[in-house]
Amino acid sequence: MPTPIRTRFQIASDQSLLVYFDLSHSTQQQSQISKEVHEQVRRLVRLLEAEPVTGVRNVHPGYASVLVNFDALRLRHEDLQETLGGYIERMEKVALPEPREVEIPVCYGGDYGPDLQGVAELRRLTTQRVIELHAAREYLVYFLGFVPGFAYLGELASELVTPRLSAPRKTVPPGSVGIAKNQTGVYPVATPGGWRLLGRTPLKMFQSDRAEMSLLAIGDRVRFVPISREKFVKLERA
Amino acid sequence: MKWIEVRAPGLLTTVQDLGREGFGPLGVSASGAADAVALRIGNRLVGNDEGAGALEMTLLGGTFYFPDGGVIALAGSDFCAKLDDAPLAVFTSAAVKPGQTLTVGTTKSGARCNLCVEGGIEVPRVMGSASTHLLSGLGGVEGRALRKGDVLQVAAPKQAFRTFRRRAANGRALEKLKPRKILRVTDGPQSDWFGEKAQRVFYGNAFRVTEESNRMGIRLDGAALTGTETGEMISEGVSLGAVQITAGGLPIILFVEQQTTGGYPKIANVIAADMHSVGQLRPRDEIRFERVEMQTAVALLAEQEKLLSAKELIVE
Repeated sequence: MPTPIRTRFQIASDQSLLVYFDLSHSTQQQSQISKEVHEQVRRLVRLLEAEPVTGVRNVHPGYASVLVNFDALRLRHEDLQETLGGYIERMEKVALPEPREVEIPVCYGGDYGPDLQGVAELRRLTTQRVIELHAAREYLVYFLGFVPGFAYLGELASELVTPRLSAPRKTVPPGSVGIAKNQTGVYPVATPGGWRLLGRTPLKMFQSDRAEMSLLAIGDRVRFVPISREKFVKLERA
Repeated sequence: MKWIEVRAPGLLTTVQDLGREGFGPLGVSASGAADAVALRIGNRLVGNDEGAGALEMTLLGGTFYFPDGGVIALAGSDFCAKLDDAPLAVFTSAAVKPGQTLTVGTTKSGARCNLCVEGGIEVPRVMGSASTHLLSGLGGVEGRALRKGDVLQVAAPKQAFRTFRRRAANGRALEKLKPRKILRVTDGPQSDWFGEKAQRVFYGNAFRVTEESNRMGIRLDGAALTGTETGEMISEGVSLGAVQITAGGLPIILFVEQQTTGGYPKIANVIAADMHSVGQLRPRDEIRFERVEMQTAVALLAEQEKLLSAKELIVE
């Protein structure tokens, strides 16, 4: 029997409404990260893509929520909530596409991964062990957010869980692979960032002139594959 | 085909329209004009669709050479512009003769001024929009701010061979649409995380716009909101105009090139009708927040929309 999931609506602004999903046995005030909740997020986003609601302008998925932006002159919160309520009742029937399996080559350490050493010291591991642990798992793309093509991947092995840097970097180079708490991800473009950087991929995570603009999509399964510096350079040129 | 040559780019000049909606699931925020009200008026002054591509200038404008002439209008804050040697007022259309140069100077009031051109600025559409998203390098001219030497293409106007008639925006309407320094907000999704004391600090004090503000967000300085639950949240979608309170207790207003998701609690959200005012904020400006009810926010937006779509907005 599927785990029952509660839905909660919260007004976010005069032109947006948040839909939260919670495991019904959860006593936490805040929604928690879980695969069941993620499935609900994915289903609602998919349904809103398949059957767009008139007046809805944009949708921002999160770990346990979907923010729905709308034209306040065409829709009211109450009406949108009612429509979304109807969507959520039908969600169990929504077929989700098979998750894709994506491999991301990563050159760990050195100037590509300036925090590898620091993470190893914090967690009393060798750098080799940090790489092994990071590359051993299959991660789930919970959602894309922050900037174009940034995938929130989870969950990290507990041995690697570390807080964000206390002072974020002003610029993180594109392709940087970072970790923060129990998450990992790849920076698609140069942005400020506080995640600890373990390595870098030569792949382009986001390109607007490509058919699939984002390399990763919500629900995908991701594996990181360690590569040498030589291989990195070769792939980067390709 | 008409062209515009960029002789000087100004401080930060980008191609903008009304933005690209619908790509939130890919992490792409809408971008678009910082002062969309001004853009819409400017485009109407030159006979374009409201959302045609235009040049958005910031604090200091550029110098533009028109080899083929055209019809233009400046819309937004007054940047003391001159067409050759003649001063050019904002919110008024003007005919440019072939070979004339528009020199846009420094702002007298707010942060932004749009240069609208009959036909609209033509750039390749990225995800359906001409607007530049600087952080991710999308849209506009190669995803970047204009540089000296750039040559911009002007699209053919909707009606060719129209005789030029000077148009201006209605003064009374402009007065009502004037950018505000008191930003009206509704409750944010985590308003109840902030106790009475924090709420008093937030609504009772003026905040100063810092130099680090940009199209992504307006960073404010002033009295920190203490005694709040700064417990970090799991990331969730954030809306345009969200006022998030960072770990230090200071507010950031998420703006047009916003991150699509974030983990800071949001105490309030700037109402849709006041977003164009955010686009006119300059570093060191002092602002305040005023809480309004949801129905007021919606009524204010309807009123603004009525002014903007009225025929009487444009006077010939």
